[in-house]
Amino acid sequence: MKFINKMTQKNKVLMSGNEAIARGAIDAGCVFYAGYPITPQNELIAYMGEHLPDTGGIFIQAESELAAINMVFGASAAGVRAMTSSSSPGISLKQEGISYLAGAELPSVIVNVMRGGPGLGSISPSQADYFQATRGGGHGDYYCLVLAPATVQEAYDFMRQAFELSDKYRIPAMILCDGMLGQMMEPIITTKRKNKIYSKPWALTGCKGRAPNVVKTLCMVEGDLEKLNLSLQKKYKEIFAKEQVAESFLLEDALVVLVGYGTMARIAKAAVRRLRAEGIKAGLICPKTLWPFPKDTLESLARKAKKGTIVLAVEMSYGQMVEDVRLSVNGKLPVEFIGRSGGEMPGEDDIVMTVRSLVKKSRRC
Amino acid sequence: MQKLYGRPKALKDVSTHYCPGCGHGIAHRLVAEVIDELAIRELVIAIAPVGCAVIAYDYWDFDCSEAAHGRAMAVATAIKRLRPENIVFTYQGDGDLAAIGTNETIHAANRGENLTVIFINNAVYGMTGGQMAPTTLLGQKTATSLKGRQEQTQGYPLKISEMLKILPGVKFIERVSLHSPQEIIRAKAAIKQAFLNQVHKVGFSLVEVLSPCPTYWGKSPKDSLDWVRDVMQKEFPLGRIK
Repeated sequence: MKFINKMTQKNKVLMSGNEAIARGAIDAGCVFYAGYPITPQNELIAYMGEHLPDTGGIFIQAESELAAINMVFGASAAGVRAMTSSSSPGISLKQEGISYLAGAELPSVIVNVMRGGPGLGSISPSQADYFQATRGGGHGDYYCLVLAPATVQEAYDFMRQAFELSDKYRIPAMILCDGMLGQMMEPIITTKRKNKIYSKPWALTGCKGRAPNVVKTLCMVEGDLEKLNLSLQKKYKEIFAKEQVAESFLLEDALVVLVGYGTMARIAKAAVRRLRAEGIKAGLICPKTLWPFPKDTLESLARKAKKGTIVLAVEMSYGQMVEDVRLSVNGKLPVEFIGRSGGEMPGEDDIVMTVRSLVKKSRRC
Repeated sequence: MQKLYGRPKALKDVSTHYCPGCGHGIAHRLVAEVIDELAIRELVIAIAPVGCAVIAYDYWDFDCSEAAHGRAMAVATAIKRLRPENIVFTYQGDGDLAAIGTNETIHAANRGENLTVIFINNAVYGMTGGQMAPTTLLGQKTATSLKGRQEQTQGYPLKISEMLKILPGVKFIERVSLHSPQEIIRAKAAIKQAFLNQVHKVGFSLVEVLSPCPTYWGKSPKDSLDWVRDVMQKEFPLGRIK
């Protein structure tokens, strides 16, 4: 199953999403990983433990999620590309550290392979951490950049983008992926290439030949914290304007527009194909960035859509992303929702039947 | 004329925010003197705690990082692993190191990280207003143990240095005090040893410093020093622990 093309340094391999994320991180120049075991992301930590040291990187199995995220804080402060990974309950524990990373403007990548919650929940796939991921998650006014792969190839590719954007904007970047994608195996192409090196004059390296650097989040002098927050807000505004990414599928003439990310986008895509075969003009918007949410794509849809167009958000939750869909179309189109959670998900049949009945209803009125 | 005494290069020429009679100023200075004497200022990366010493970086003149409350040794672990040529130390109080950060403390020690740890034990939470610390003595009155610490509901003073002693990864632990000039000289020698150990790649080295907190002990600076000598060091005996 594995062949290597030495000329292009492209390599075709069969991998799970978890392994692809780990491979993607190493190929993106990640040199530090700290993590703590939790299902369904254990293949990721195992892959890192096996392969990161071979590239000269540091792998640490931490004593807790708290320790792991704070190790990432230290590694990033030391100026290297660093990451951690976990699944929902573990990500909740990491929120303290993520808030500090955001405040100290330390680049870092956090992977959440989501499982069912609340609490210990289950180890089945879920998308119920959307609010937590896209609204900061910890204390304070901040955002993480959130990327949502829908295929194992994207899981690999998005790691490079996550590290790039994280370095570029000095912001924690999160890969939000459901447990289904983490566990699923697909053939992917890995690519070896030189990674862009960002200069980090703020990093802690010892103060030889320069004034001492301090990495901190505390701003006790009156006005300093507002200044920090205003500069963060300016950065977030720029990211929101420049970094929205969404894939559109059969959107041009669509009268029913599904919106879904991750595994749900793939199920929705299959439903769109079936609905088209039945003569229902369905299309799909698949957000690849969840923060910034691809508001522009939805706004433009709402502007151009024919009368009677329906938007249907599909999620493995009881309605989280749908709020961003509603905010984006801003009342110009009706937004419906179908979702299941707690380790369950809407199937292709559920989506097809929901669309059929929505279309029927709209024809009646 | 030979200059015999002056401000260490590693210590900025600024006044500190510490209360009169507080031990932090002395401890900061001892660390700075040792760093000067070992000529490692440009190699040092310090991790400041959450607590009274959170802005230690305003007083020290070398690279510093903050850490979330209790997480200093996790932050330090990553930095030292990535930059073994640098000298990395944490400076933490009793709440930071022995309550909220106990897990990070035990596991950094157990991994045998080649770190230097300066552990300031003043038996109380200073920054937040004098609440009970894990190291508060039995019967000691604090904002959250108004009748004095009761073992039945509040447990016993935590001797984390003695606990760490049994870990094979730990190479050096000494408990020192700041209550007299003689003890301060001993404290400096222990701190120097803990830094030298890191330079020589010996491994995890910790110095516990008994330090006065007149404000939240409700005592004068002089009485606070006497209390360390007469009461606190009975619970926390001085000397080499490992």
